[in-house]
Amino acid sequence: MLQIDAWKRWLIWLTVVVGLLLAMPNLFYSRVETHNDAVKAIEGGADTTANREAEALWPGFLPSGLVNLGLDLRGGAHLLAEVRMEDVYKSRMEALWPEVLRVLRAERDEIGTIRWNSAAVDQGELRVRLVSQPDAMERAIELVNALRQPVVSLTGQGSHDFEARGDGDELVITLTEAEKQATDDRTMQQSLEIIRRRIDEVGTREPTIQRQGADRILIQVPGIGSAAELKDIIGTTAQLTFQPVVGRASNANDAPGAGNEILPSLDQEGVFYILEQSPVVTGEELTNAQPTFDQNGRPSVSFQFNGSGGRKFGEYTAANIGSPFAIVLDDEVISAPVIQSHIGGGAGIITGDFTIEESTNLAVLLRAGALPAGLDFLEERTIGPELGQDSIDAGKMATIVAFAAVLIFMLASYGLFGVFANIALILNVAMMFGLLSMIGATLTLPGIAGIVLTVGMAVDANVLIFERIREELKTAKGPARAIELGYEKALSAIVDANITTFITAVILYVMGSGPVRGFAVTLGFGIITSVFTAIFVTRLLIVVWFERRRPKTIEV
Amino acid sequence: MRLRLVKDDLNLDYFKRATIWLGISGVLVVIALISFFMQGLNYGIDFRGGTTIRTETSTPVDVGEYRSALDALGMGDVVISEVFDPSFRDDQNVAMVRIGAQDGEEAVSTEVIESAEAALAEVAPDIRFVSVESVGPKVSGELIQTASLAVALAIGAVLIYIWLRFEWQFAVGAVVALVHDVALTIGIFSELQIKFDLAIIAALLTIVGYSLNDTVVVFDRVRENLIKYKSKDLKEVLNMSINETMSRTIMTSLTTLIALIALFVLGGDVIRGFVFAMIWGVFVGTYSSIFVASTFLVKLGVKRDWTKPDEPGPAGTQFGDVDA
Repeated sequence: MLQIDAWKRWLIWLTVVVGLLLAMPNLFYSRVETHNDAVKAIEGGADTTANREAEALWPGFLPSGLVNLGLDLRGGAHLLAEVRMEDVYKSRMEALWPEVLRVLRAERDEIGTIRWNSAAVDQGELRVRLVSQPDAMERAIELVNALRQPVVSLTGQGSHDFEARGDGDELVITLTEAEKQATDDRTMQQSLEIIRRRIDEVGTREPTIQRQGADRILIQVPGIGSAAELKDIIGTTAQLTFQPVVGRASNANDAPGAGNEILPSLDQEGVFYILEQSPVVTGEELTNAQPTFDQNGRPSVSFQFNGSGGRKFGEYTAANIGSPFAIVLDDEVISAPVIQSHIGGGAGIITGDFTIEESTNLAVLLRAGALPAGLDFLEERTIGPELGQDSIDAGKMATIVAFAAVLIFMLASYGLFGVFANIALILNVAMMFGLLSMIGATLTLPGIAGIVLTVGMAVDANVLIFERIREELKTAKGPARAIELGYEKALSAIVDANITTFITAVILYVMGSGPVRGFAVTLGFGIITSVFTAIFVTRLLIVVWFERRRPKTIEV
Repeated sequence: MRLRLVKDDLNLDYFKRATIWLGISGVLVVIALISFFMQGLNYGIDFRGGTTIRTETSTPVDVGEYRSALDALGMGDVVISEVFDPSFRDDQNVAMVRIGAQDGEEAVSTEVIESAEAALAEVAPDIRFVSVESVGPKVSGELIQTASLAVALAIGAVLIYIWLRFEWQFAVGAVVALVHDVALTIGIFSELQIKFDLAIIAALLTIVGYSLNDTVVVFDRVRENLIKYKSKDLKEVLNMSINETMSRTIMTSLTTLIALIALFVLGGDVIRGFVFAMIWGVFVGTYSSIFVASTFLVKLGVKRDWTKPDEPGPAGTQFGDVDA
């Protein structure tokens, strides 16, 4: 007999109601969005009247999850960046040099004179030539190896951070694989964090910042004008170093001498400085940076080092009073003041030819910290808000027309049963939006296509059932039995057909990216909700109708 | 009065000319492959790298002017085309500019985009760049790999699923039909030189899903009828099953087509290629589940005598009746 337990009925209705409630905020999109922004602002401490009013636009007890609009619908910028890991290896090697120099020089009698082949750091190697006593290689390796540290990571247990070996008369130091792995992970985490902080400082809504694969970062920021603008925000590495000045040069191609480099001045055209390649202190040891004004009232940036940075800075300034000292930002010399006195306490001020805006920006960049490595942009997309709006309008129109056409077609084909299927179809799309809102999924243009496709295909389950009922009616078992058999026998086809489609949706989700993923999500959810509405909701509707009317014959 | 598209007592023989149908399909697949290998696909920047700029102006687009402005920059392969769509406003003139990947560049080069935009702004002062997309060659190579892998994986996964739920002959039939659909879709994209980008891969996978949906529904009925009519010839059972499910096949294909056509006409030019692929897929998918998948099943034959001890369960493996 046709019957469904009361608790099951309640469960089905409950599920439908929850789905509808979750979908409802999308009908009042901009209102709920304003409310959500206000709630976030208030949580963040901005408890103003304007925010209070905005919050009151939507009652707090109702769900407020929205379907996020993808970049192709809202407009914004998308970047796929690759982190230049070699930069990190290089700076590791550069930082190692003073240490190596110290231990080798302490044993000068045995090792003899040494010379740093500083060009090799570009290949991630630290090469030191034993000029006078190449035979002392073994001893040199021993000395350098004493500097090694164990690698701190799960997979790298038992290995050291670098290896030293001899190559002719050159001592070669390279990072171990385990250390590279650990460095990569650290670098990625650091880069993600810094990019996130920089974008947050600008304060845009819901940026996506994700790691992809070993060395890539996906950045999507809705509402931003262009990818170039986004690159300006995150692309400046703000690598701050303090380096000893060896001298000046008139052009960039002069020979700087071993262990030195030539960098241009930031604001003076044609001025180049010869600097020692190993920095005294780097921006990584900064704890704070603020825009301020110097004693002449010009915009400048004050900074504060942490303990070890402050100590190194203090020792260096004490020992080099009267020598010039370069403040280098992203391979350009901001200024090269002469050290007037010992600077203790680790605080200082950077003066230069800044505008107020520039000094503020520099402080932000310094505060957020330097990106540990440069970024290469492999992919960039900018979608203007007009195009997004056009796509939304077109998508809405198409969905409405598709919806209406399918509803009419079903009604014409199945009459009353068509009405049941149509109710299920409407609930289906609503619940789909509910699910998408619940998990905060992103709706893209292909995602809208996925919804439209679901509208077309969702009726499939009902069509299967109705056709089956028609067939069962022919064998004249009475309407109740025919309906029951229809559902029973159509089930395996419905399950198989939908599982196979679901498999492709999952593969699409796993392998795809961006808009394609958005399509996979709507397709997958569409399958879940359409099976639910076809099997449970229409069945319940039919059963309720059947119980009331008790028809002797039915026409499907 | 109900709309009935298929007679209740439909009784067609789908295998009378099986060889002809298979022949036609075979020839079409071969043509598709030839087209694919001879003239290739019109890959979008997702797969070949480069930059596309979508421009909007209120004055009509002069493609020649755009071209001479960009040719002066010496950027190599530049394609400019005007875009038309019924949804555009009267003063909305849209053009797509595609600039090939620059030699020796792994990453995206901002200068190329900036200089192209500047050159276009010279000839059309009110120009707006509503979307700018740029993909470096490094990524595009990987995207091709991932996309091919995705299609192969999808086909492999359903092969296994159908094998578990039915018999290996069903799985082979279904997969041959899928490969047929995918080949024909790639073929028509190559033949008509429609832009082939990442979204089309999504469409291909959807076609795989849709075609399979159809095939599985027929096969499900075949499985059922094989049990019911143990003595009937396989061909007869297949014909009967296809006839019984024909009404559903037509209904579902039509509702899906109605929805897709609405999207094709009204959904804007951005996703038109994507929707076209799916409409095409509904046609070939529906055709192939009957004339390719089922015909293959007839050719392969299905083991009917289930009294032999080495085979568990009737007309299906032990997983066959899990949800039935």
